Amino acid sequence: MNTVTASASRPLIQLQGITKIYGAGDAEVRALRGIDMDVNAGEFVAIMGPSGSGKSTAMNILGFLDKPTAGHYFFGGAAVDHLSRDQLALLRRSFLGFVFQGYNLLARTSALDNVELPLIYQGMAGTKRRQLAREALAKVGLAGREDHYPSQLSGGQQQRVAIARAIVTNPDVILADEPTGNLDTARSHEIMDLLTGLNRNDGITILMVTHEPDMAEYADRMVHFLDGRIESDNKNKKVAGDAV
Amino acid sequence: MLYEAIRLALQAILRNAFRSFLTVLGIVIGVAAVIAMVTVGQGSTDQVEADVSTLGTNLLMIRPGQPSRGPGSGVGGSTASLTMKDVDAIEQQIASVAVAAPSNSRSMTAIFGNVNYTTTVTGTDNRYLTARDWALGSGRSFYESEQRTGSSACILGDTVRQKLFGNGSPLGASIRLKQISCRVIGTLEVKGASSFGTDQDDIVLIPIKAFQRRISGNQDVSMIFASIRTGISTEKGKADIEGLMRERRRIGPFEEDDFNVFDMKQISSMLTGITSVLTGLLSAVAAVSLLVGGIGIMNIMLVSVTERTREIGIRLAVGATESQVLLQFLVEAIVLSLIGGLIGIVLGLALGLLGSRLLSIPFAPDATIVLAAFLFSALVGILFGYFPARRAARMDPIEALRHQ
Repeated sequence: MNTVTASASRPLIQLQGITKIYGAGDAEVRALRGIDMDVNAGEFVAIMGPSGSGKSTAMNILGFLDKPTAGHYFFGGAAVDHLSRDQLALLRRSFLGFVFQGYNLLARTSALDNVELPLIYQGMAGTKRRQLAREALAKVGLAGREDHYPSQLSGGQQQRVAIARAIVTNPDVILADEPTGNLDTARSHEIMDLLTGLNRNDGITILMVTHEPDMAEYADRMVHFLDGRIESDNKNKKVAGDAV
Repeated sequence: MLYEAIRLALQAILRNAFRSFLTVLGIVIGVAAVIAMVTVGQGSTDQVEADVSTLGTNLLMIRPGQPSRGPGSGVGGSTASLTMKDVDAIEQQIASVAVAAPSNSRSMTAIFGNVNYTTTVTGTDNRYLTARDWALGSGRSFYESEQRTGSSACILGDTVRQKLFGNGSPLGASIRLKQISCRVIGTLEVKGASSFGTDQDDIVLIPIKAFQRRISGNQDVSMIFASIRTGISTEKGKADIEGLMRERRRIGPFEEDDFNVFDMKQISSMLTGITSVLTGLLSAVAAVSLLVGGIGIMNIMLVSVTERTREIGIRLAVGATESQVLLQFLVEAIVLSLIGGLIGIVLGLALGLLGSRLLSIPFAPDATIVLAAFLFSALVGILFGYFPARRAARMDPIEALRHQ
């Protein structure tokens, strides 16, 4: 199903001169002022920067939730910057998984049903869906918690359910927005280990926004945003050294 | 996907069970009102039709008095009454009339042993049974000699038989009507209530000669029943009778009739007309109630969409298309109004049954109207659910996810 990764010669994600402007006239806000960035398949990128630096806007555009005002976005070599809402929804369900700071699980809905959600919109049959959702939950270490509701799970466990929901469709990219923002240090490192494992073992490309340097250390590349521009874009030497 | 949408809709509805119930109340009341009205209306129409057929659809009634008065209005005092000669003339001179029968009635107390019962005593002859198509339950009709001499033989209606004799046989017994004693020679078959609500079986028939001599004390006939031959319209029979009666009563060409000819068919169609007008009016009220119910559904769906903004954001983020979100909320509105419709149908049928029992008319549920009510409530769901569903579908996923 991963037709995108087939064209391995080009980067998986290419941003060229991406600009995002909110409002107009005096109220105009230039959230992004020309972003150029390539992400290869299999990379783990940490996106950092202060509030208002444009990193969230960039994540929304990368996640097909928002469209750039100007510039070009190529995903798997195909231009996606002028697709319709529904076409973007189809891309999200096929190639992306989202992990949010606040977990964003459906309340009063079991862990299994939460994980099944993206598969429902893919139109998958019930039995297949439940099987894949169980496998995804097992992969994040929550086998046996299928029938728990979010309110019965700890923060770390809820984030694991969210990660299971993100990987159940076997995506190319996981977009994680402050995934450890609501967790204590121990839980944060567990989640990061889980994400690193998905990146290393399953080859899932990960784009993660964080403001915690500790967590950014897990990535093999760090991109710093400032005032709507990329300030720096460096390989993480520590991880790169480990990998050799 | 549709199955999923229905499952989700039921989940969402049950989560707010009480609110959902209040929401559908308008639909419930509207549908129940329509079903109950139509059921009772149809029942009373059926009843009127059944009555007319027991009375005889080809039956005309002739009474003296000014025209354009209902069958219940009194006889004009100054107008000449009818006579036995009129009865014979109508029967013999009008080809369209099969049989004509005289009828004089008076309310009297019938006494047997120590039982008193006030009933209607009707003086007539055997032609009455033919004209009204009324068979004997037991015994015999009047002998020619009894009719000619006016001897005091009587035939009892079923209600009178029951009141005076219970389960015993009345044949051969003597009952007293005022000061007259009369021998029971027969009983009538059960006829039931008429469309005017009167018990047709509450009657005692005696020869008209006996009635004239011993009860009324004159030779008048207060009403003539005439049955029209099959194949001939009652309108034709009515015109024939009116022509003959005007001639016999010497009414000039520009004078008004001083008698009335009632057509049972006219009366019944008038009653049916009133019923259908009432049903129509009440159905219009019910339709307004359905409209209000639909607006209630729209209101609560808008609240629901706002409450679930974040949920919608999550669904959009994981890849739901606009049409999938639209479908989910539209199905929820439709399921909601169909639940209301179903409760309304059950309630309406129950009310219809109750109403039919109270009015003692047949219970006539109409499958078409039940189906129509069901489809109409689905339509209400679609119409009033579309706008909130579209609002949900068009949400910006980023805004929706940020919503607290």
